[in-house]
Amino acid sequence: MPEVITRNGGILEDNWVVVARPAEGESLDLPRDTDQPALIPADLWLAGQEHYIGRKNIGVWFDSHQEPEMLEGLVNELDVIAVNFPKFADGRGYSIARLLRERLGYRHELRAIGDVLLDQLQFMKRCGFDRFVLRADKNAEEAARCLNFFSQGYQAATDTDIPLFRRRAS
Amino acid sequence: MYVYDEHDRQIAAERVEQFRDQTRRALAGELSEDEFLPLRLQNGLYVQRLAPMLRIAVPYGMLRSVQLRRLARITRDYDKGYAHFTTRQNVQLNWPAVEDVPDILAELAEVEMHANQTSGNCIRNTTTDQFSGVQDDEIADPRPYCEIIRQWSTFHPEFAFLPRKFKVAVNASEHSDRAAIQVHDIGLQLVRDDSGELGFRVHVGGGLGRTPMVGPVIRDYLPEKDLLTYLEAVLRVYNRYGRRDNKFKARIKILVKALTPEGFAEKVEAEWAHIKDSPTELTREAIAKFQTYFTEPAYEPVPEATESLAARRFENRAFDQWIAHNVDTHKKPGYAIVTLTVKKTGVPPGDVTDRQLEQIADLADEYSFGEARVTHQQNAVLADVRQDRLYELWQAIAPMDFGTANLNKLTDVICCPGGDYCSLANAKSIPVAEAIQRKFDDLDFLYDIGDIDLNISGCMNACGHHHVGHIGVLGVDKKGQEFYQISLGGSSHHDAAIGKILGPSFARDDMPDVIKSIVDVYVSNRTQEEAFLDTYRRIGIDPFKERVYA
Repeated sequence: MPEVITRNGGILEDNWVVVARPAEGESLDLPRDTDQPALIPADLWLAGQEHYIGRKNIGVWFDSHQEPEMLEGLVNELDVIAVNFPKFADGRGYSIARLLRERLGYRHELRAIGDVLLDQLQFMKRCGFDRFVLRADKNAEEAARCLNFFSQGYQAATDTDIPLFRRRAS
Repeated sequence: MYVYDEHDRQIAAERVEQFRDQTRRALAGELSEDEFLPLRLQNGLYVQRLAPMLRIAVPYGMLRSVQLRRLARITRDYDKGYAHFTTRQNVQLNWPAVEDVPDILAELAEVEMHANQTSGNCIRNTTTDQFSGVQDDEIADPRPYCEIIRQWSTFHPEFAFLPRKFKVAVNASEHSDRAAIQVHDIGLQLVRDDSGELGFRVHVGGGLGRTPMVGPVIRDYLPEKDLLTYLEAVLRVYNRYGRRDNKFKARIKILVKALTPEGFAEKVEAEWAHIKDSPTELTREAIAKFQTYFTEPAYEPVPEATESLAARRFENRAFDQWIAHNVDTHKKPGYAIVTLTVKKTGVPPGDVTDRQLEQIADLADEYSFGEARVTHQQNAVLADVRQDRLYELWQAIAPMDFGTANLNKLTDVICCPGGDYCSLANAKSIPVAEAIQRKFDDLDFLYDIGDIDLNISGCMNACGHHHVGHIGVLGVDKKGQEFYQISLGGSSHHDAAIGKILGPSFARDDMPDVIKSIVDVYVSNRTQEEAFLDTYRRIGIDPFKERVYA
C-alpha cells in the first residue's frame, strides 16, 4: 500500500488515488469501487459540486497553474485537497497552499503530490501542507529529519503568525 | 554593522548541517545531479569551466576585518590564494572542491557569514550604496532595511523556487545612485513624504541580460512599515504568474511588460490589500532595533584638515590626484571616504589575493573602525578615515596596489570573469579589459576625459552590466570566434538608460583602438563642461558610428 507522510514525519498507509484530468471530450474516470477515495481535478469538482458535496471519499487536486480562489467559500466542504508539483522546481504550489490556508481558510488535510522530494518538505510544511506523498524512489524514513532541518524561520508563514522580528521584540 | 544574535547563529549552524547532509547525499548518488543543482545553487555553488565556483554573500557589501581575514585564510586553505569581488558586492572563490564546501561554510558561519541564496531562482543578496551611512545627502541609512530584507528573504518558504533569480537593491541618496536600483528586479529608493515620514519609491522589472529594461515605478510612496508585506505581494504575484515555460522570458521584467506596469501594479495592490495588516507589517520597535546595529562609530571631534591636505597636495601631484579621484566627502567634519581601487592593469578587475584581503583588514582596523565595504564597481571602501591620516594611508597603500587613482575613470572597468573562468561565457572579458587599460595608461588623459563607465560582459547574461556602461562591451561568439559588440549611452545611475548598439562587432585585437576612436569623438565634440554621457546624448550615436566604421 502507498504511503503518506505526516507533518511530523510519521508514515501512514494511504489509499487515496489521484484521478487524472480526462482528455478533451472524455469524461472523468472515477474508480469503479465507490468506497475508493479519489482526488479529482478541482475545476471538475466545482463544475459538478452538487453531485460531489458531502461525499467524504472525493477530494480535489490543483495543478500548479490553477487558481485556488475558484473554491472560495467551498474549501471546507472538502476533507482532502492536494496540490500537484509537476516538477519540484515549480514553486507555484507553495503560493497555492498559503492561499488555501491563509486566504480561503481551509482547515482540513492539505497534501503535496507529484515531484515531492525530501529537501523541499520543510518549505511545504511552512506553507501549510500537512501530508506529503513522497516521490516513489525517495526514502520516507528520511522525511522526519528533512522536515525539521531548521528549528525556526525568519518569516511568518502558515505555520506561524509571528515573524522573528516580533519574537525578538517581546 | 549587524551582529548575529542566538537566533541567527542557530539558523546559520542548521544551514551548514543541512548543506553538509545534502552534499553527502549528492556525492553518495542519493540525489541526482538535477535534484542537487538548485540546492547547491541556492548555496552559491556553481560547477564551472575549470572547477566549481563558490559565491559567498556579503550582505549589502559590509565586511568586518575578522571576516576579511577569515576569507583570506579560506582562499589559502581551500583555494588558490585569491578571491574575486563581484558586481553585486559578493565574493567568489574560483577553485574550491565540492566536498570541501560544507567545511568552508562552517568556517564562514563562525564569523557570521554564509553563501545563502547567492545563486539559483530565489531572492538574492540585497545590495546598496557603498557610501551608506557616511554620505551627507542620504534620506536615511538604507542598511537597516537591507538587513530586514535579508532576514525576510532568507529561506522564505514560499519563494525558494521562483521562475528565475530575483535581485533587490536599495538606494538612499537623492542625488546619486551607486546601487543601480533601476536595473534590479525590485529597486527601492528611500524617500520622505510631505509630512517627513520615511518610505520607498518602488521600481519593479528592471534588469539586464537578454532583455535589458529600466524598471518602471509601480508605487511612488510605500510607508516603511509596509516594506515586507509589499515585497511579499510583489513576489507572490511573480511566483504565481511569472513565465516558467521559457528561461529567457522568466524574469519579472517580462511579466511587468506583458501586464504593463499599471496592470502589474494593480495585481500587486490587490494582493497587498489582503496582507498589509498581517503580522509581517513592520513595527516601529523592530525598525528601531535594526537601526541600532548601524549607528555611527566613535568619531573623534577633529577639525577639517583642508589646509594641511592642501599643502600636501601642492607638494605631491600623485597624492593630489588620489585625493581628487579616490576620496569622497564624508558627512562628519574631519573625516573622508576612501575607495581602494582593485583595478590594477594586468590583474582581472575585482581579483584580490589572500594577502590583499588581509591588508584591507589591517587598513580597516588601523584607519576605519575595523570595517570595509565591497562596491558594485568591484572596489573596496574604507568609509571612515580621518582626513589628517589620509597622507599616511596613501603612503601605506601604494605598495599594495590599491592606490591607482582611477576611480570611476575609463580604466576602472566593471568586468565579469568571462571565458577565462565562466562556463556560460561566449568570449573572454578580462584580456579585453587589460588591453584597454594598457591603451589608456596616461593618467592625465584619463582625468581629462573624466568619469566614464566602461562595462564588459562575456555573454548576454550581463554580469559585467554592459548595457548600463556609458561604453558597454559584450562578448559574442561567431562560429567559434570571439567578437565584441559595443553599445553607447547606458547608465546605471538616477538617469538610468540602456545603451544603444553601435553596429557590427569587432575582433578582440581591435578593441583598444575602437575605444580610443569613441573617446576621440567625445573629445572633439564636447563643450567645456560636458561629460562623456552629456555629449553622447546631445550629438547622438551617428558621429561615433562614422568615426569607428570609417
